Amino acid sequence: MLKYLRPALSMLLFFSLVTGVLYPLAVTGVSQVVFPSKANGSIIEKNGRLVGSSLIGQQFTSAKYFWSRISATGPFPYNASSSSGSNYGPLNPALMKTTKDRIDQLHSADSTNHNTIPVDLVTASGSGLDPHISIAAALYQVPRVARERHISEETLRELVHQCTDPRDFGFLGEPGVNVLRLNLALDDIPPSQGV
Amino acid sequence: MTLIGIGQIILYLGVLLLVTKPLGTFIARVFQGERTFLDPVVAPLERLIYRVAAIDPRKEMNWKENAVAMLLFNGCGIVFLYLLQRVQQVLPLNPQGFGAVTPDSALNTAVSYVTNTNWQGYSGETTMSYLTQMAGMTVQNFLSAATGLAIMALFIRGIARHSVATLGNFWVDLTRSTLYILLPLAVILSLVLVSQGSVQNLSSYASAQFLQPTADTSGTRVTEQVIAMGPAASQVAIKHLGTNGGGFFNANASHPFESPTPLTDFLLLLAETCIAAGVCYTYGVMVGDKRQGWALLTAMLLIYVIAIVGLYAAESAGNPVLNGLGVDQHASALNPGGNMEGKETRLGIGPSILMATASTSTSTGAVNSMHDSYTPLGGLVPLVMMHLGEVVLGGVGSGLYGMLVFVIVAVFVAGLLVGRTPEYLGHKIEPFEMKMASLLILIMPIAVLVFTAIAVVTDAGKAGISNPGPHGFTEILYAFTSQGNNNGSAFAGLNANTPFYNCTGAIAMLIGRFWLAVPTLALAGSLARKKLIPSGEGTLPTHTPLFIFWLIAVILVVGALNFLPALALGPIVEFFMMPH
Repeated sequence: MLKYLRPALSMLLFFSLVTGVLYPLAVTGVSQVVFPSKANGSIIEKNGRLVGSSLIGQQFTSAKYFWSRISATGPFPYNASSSSGSNYGPLNPALMKTTKDRIDQLHSADSTNHNTIPVDLVTASGSGLDPHISIAAALYQVPRVARERHISEETLRELVHQCTDPRDFGFLGEPGVNVLRLNLALDDIPPSQGV
Repeated sequence: MTLIGIGQIILYLGVLLLVTKPLGTFIARVFQGERTFLDPVVAPLERLIYRVAAIDPRKEMNWKENAVAMLLFNGCGIVFLYLLQRVQQVLPLNPQGFGAVTPDSALNTAVSYVTNTNWQGYSGETTMSYLTQMAGMTVQNFLSAATGLAIMALFIRGIARHSVATLGNFWVDLTRSTLYILLPLAVILSLVLVSQGSVQNLSSYASAQFLQPTADTSGTRVTEQVIAMGPAASQVAIKHLGTNGGGFFNANASHPFESPTPLTDFLLLLAETCIAAGVCYTYGVMVGDKRQGWALLTAMLLIYVIAIVGLYAAESAGNPVLNGLGVDQHASALNPGGNMEGKETRLGIGPSILMATASTSTSTGAVNSMHDSYTPLGGLVPLVMMHLGEVVLGGVGSGLYGMLVFVIVAVFVAGLLVGRTPEYLGHKIEPFEMKMASLLILIMPIAVLVFTAIAVVTDAGKAGISNPGPHGFTEILYAFTSQGNNNGSAFAGLNANTPFYNCTGAIAMLIGRFWLAVPTLALAGSLARKKLIPSGEGTLPTHTPLFIFWLIAVILVVGALNFLPALALGPIVEFFMMPH
């Protein structure tokens, strides 16, 4: 037994150094030089302040903003230091309640909209931090935001298009509208441009 | 199901097949001690470790010596990782000032990473310091995978050899797996991840102003979004390559900082399956009959494709509970559709179910969507893939040796049916081999079912349930299935960070890994000692379509006999409770 102890301990020490210190530090070093912005969280700054990350969603409940997906993080939605899904099973009454509440909120924010609601807008994401909504979910909200902000729907649809991350290589995954980028762009439109 | 979704599945399977041969060829060279193109860089490092550890790389060991080395090395790993978590509060690289991990959670986590399970009762971004993630988790992501590959290499030699007692040297196979296979791939993959947006830094968490302030559950106004950081990409790369699966962040690969784009998702998916597929080819090379390797891979992929199609159909149909609420669950060019609860918009249904199938077919357990929120039949598929013993691709190394045990059983049963002495690649299959193989097939279901039974009759077990009805039972069955198979994925609603689940889970993981690894090595040692029997007219060929289907039938029958009753109480009942 003892004759195996020296190789066991020296191997563990050696590999802890190589794979646990040298490897992550080397990757960190290269990343910080070659991809500094990405390696540090794709942070968005506005007027010298951090306003979020282009990869991390935020909660919006005002009718003047596009809403993100439901976030199940605790103790508040889009808590980016505690990622989590809802983990509701398909028959869980709590799932039904959250979904119905969201539908009611959408309807009360825009009572004139009788279109069916795209499913991603009434369900929680896996991470609780999903930065995207589907194009359909953005288009569903265009009439409301246009009315609240006095901006033409056409301008808004163009803006949605600009804030859409397409499928990678036009093939992988799904296209998604980056909600934070979209809402930041909304705030930049002076009201005078309204209709 | 959409055309573009099916296209992505076909593309993935195509690329997987494309890399199988070159990767398998390379891995065979590594385990046969041949020169590789990495030698100029890696060989000096390799010689250094042999000198420090006082190992003679040319000295081979028998199965018992290899088993002792493997157990001792992994035992040291558990102790080291446990201690690291317990003293992380006084060590550097802890910008958030996290305290010591509780003893039961630290034990569960240490066992979890060393056994290649990577079950996580804790939440990464609120518990572990950067040093613990790097020098603890990342290291065991490499070493548990390398241990699996080393056991596999020893097992393959047991089948390839005749009339010898030795299988090779565990230390050498471990070292070469890490330095030649895992580390180079991890370096490349982690840099690609960062280029797409995975974080890789040592900074403290960033603090941003919410564009619209929000409120927490108690109604207090929250204006600040604290964004978790850390050396994530380097850990995420190896967690998939090594079929480990333990996320840097709680939400695992659904977290945008682990896998920011559909491209990174695709690469992680490929990473967690490419070595498992490649080693089938390696097997063919090392036993001198490549058809044997392709036959195993074909059997694996046939089951794999059926699982993918089944899961895709279940999840794209959506949740019928939401029908009638005015919700649009139909997939279109603008709407991913389907059951989107617990899934990310950028991925949609196709990539989500691909990762779920790959992750539970292999022993990865990484998730990019929350399995707990899957439809009943959707949640059934990952469970079944683990119940089959993770032999469809399987964990790096462990999948192949698990599959070879099923091959031996299949050969034996076929031999019984026609009344001939069973043999496999020139080895006579005798009572000792069958005892080991039976042990290997029975231990996992016993561990899973006994622990599940204990949990559902004790208050401590039932306290963890978060979903009512049969779904709650499925959460418990899934937890022990996952830990007993060293998978690590979860129906994550289960509150498993309690002394009861941490301790029972740790035992299940130890059984699932080492109680299987030792009989595996014993089996290899026994096969290697046997005299070569030249194949004759009565030999059952083990590379034909007939044998492939026979092998699949044996795997499915064993899995179904063990677990159908338990599944009937969980996802199957739930399926019949859904509105139709």
